[in-house]
Amino acid sequence: MSFDVDVEKRLGERRIAACFRSEAGITALFGRSGAGKTSVLNMIAGLLTPDRGHVVVNREILFGDGVNLPPEKRHAGYVFQEDRLFPHYTVAGNLTYGRRSHEREAEWMSFDAVVDFLGLAALLERMPISLSGGEAQRVAIGRALLSAPRFLLMDEPLSSLDAARRDEIMRVIERIRDELKLPILYVSHDRAEVDRLAAQIVALD
Amino acid sequence: MSLVAVVAVLPPSFLLAWLLSRGRFPGKLLLDALVHLPLVLPPVVTGWFLLLLFGRTGPIGAWTEHWLGLVFIFRWTGAALAAAVMALPLMVRAIRLSLDAVDRRLEGAARTLGASPARVFATITLPLCIPGVLAALVLGFARSLGEFGATITFASNIPGETRTLPLAIYTSLQVPGGEASVTRLALVSVVLSLLALVGSELIARRAGAGRGGHVI
Repeated sequence: MSFDVDVEKRLGERRIAACFRSEAGITALFGRSGAGKTSVLNMIAGLLTPDRGHVVVNREILFGDGVNLPPEKRHAGYVFQEDRLFPHYTVAGNLTYGRRSHEREAEWMSFDAVVDFLGLAALLERMPISLSGGEAQRVAIGRALLSAPRFLLMDEPLSSLDAARRDEIMRVIERIRDELKLPILYVSHDRAEVDRLAAQIVALD
Repeated sequence: MSLVAVVAVLPPSFLLAWLLSRGRFPGKLLLDALVHLPLVLPPVVTGWFLLLLFGRTGPIGAWTEHWLGLVFIFRWTGAALAAAVMALPLMVRAIRLSLDAVDRRLEGAARTLGASPARVFATITLPLCIPGVLAALVLGFARSLGEFGATITFASNIPGETRTLPLAIYTSLQVPGGEASVTRLALVSVVLSLLALVGSELIARRAGAGRGGHVI
């Protein structure tokens, strides 16, 4: 499991650049707000095209050397800063949205296993608008896990939560790291959070 | 007739709205202005342009008659065409606003979950802008129901063929003792308009269950 990222992008007046390699379970991308951390994640996910550089995850070239895979072919499990649940689908509909796109054999975690893992059983018929922040973020994590990702991108998944919920989601992330062995790139501006979770820290400024 | 006009003009409206909302191309401002032209021109002028373009000797009219056997002038199809052209800018505006309001970040999220652009459109973009499309249908329907100037210029006022509701009301007003039929026709237009408004509001509420989609 590894990230090998070297990207550069000019957005208006700002120049965003990140260059790092990591073999750690959780790699933290750490830096003050506005340093372009989210843009780096977007470039790795394929939502933003770098001006130059390369993105290689688990030895697969996602960008660079004339390759530029569209986001749907990159198998990234992206957990956004806000939950970004689809408002017109139930929780169950959100969870299964990414599932159909992949062969069933590739589905490495069953629906029931994810529901169980994240404690979502009671929420399945609810609409996203009725969920609390912690519940919504758990659903968003479950949705990403069910899309059979090869790596996870997490963009300050705790920032919209209160202290109690933060601890709950933090434990979920630790379990993903320890039990599912998925490489995780974790964006945060909170030093304590980063120290607790990540084995390698990449500073961005 | 109004229904035919609105349904026929919906796909091009949606396409234009999409281009204007999402597209980036040279001449976008010009296209925007052209689409809105029927909204700001005097309807009679629009009707006259239609006459030039879609008349039996006009460049488009001659073509449709020759290849499709479709004649617009002095026919109900002409009244429908006039209504459609007049409804177009309002419908494009309504759909475009709703497309602008769709959260692009949700579309990005769907892409990372493995959805192709076509699937993102069908499962995310389209359902989320349905209230706007319904609003467009109601606006377009009301506009084409009330269309007067372009119709009378282009398709004339022929009983049973191109006499639309407002033309009929106008005709009755010209006749001594026509007040009874004016009242009747006015009531019909009120009922039709109300039905369209209430119906689309109900559909929007159902489509927007839990999200608060509204037409009115």
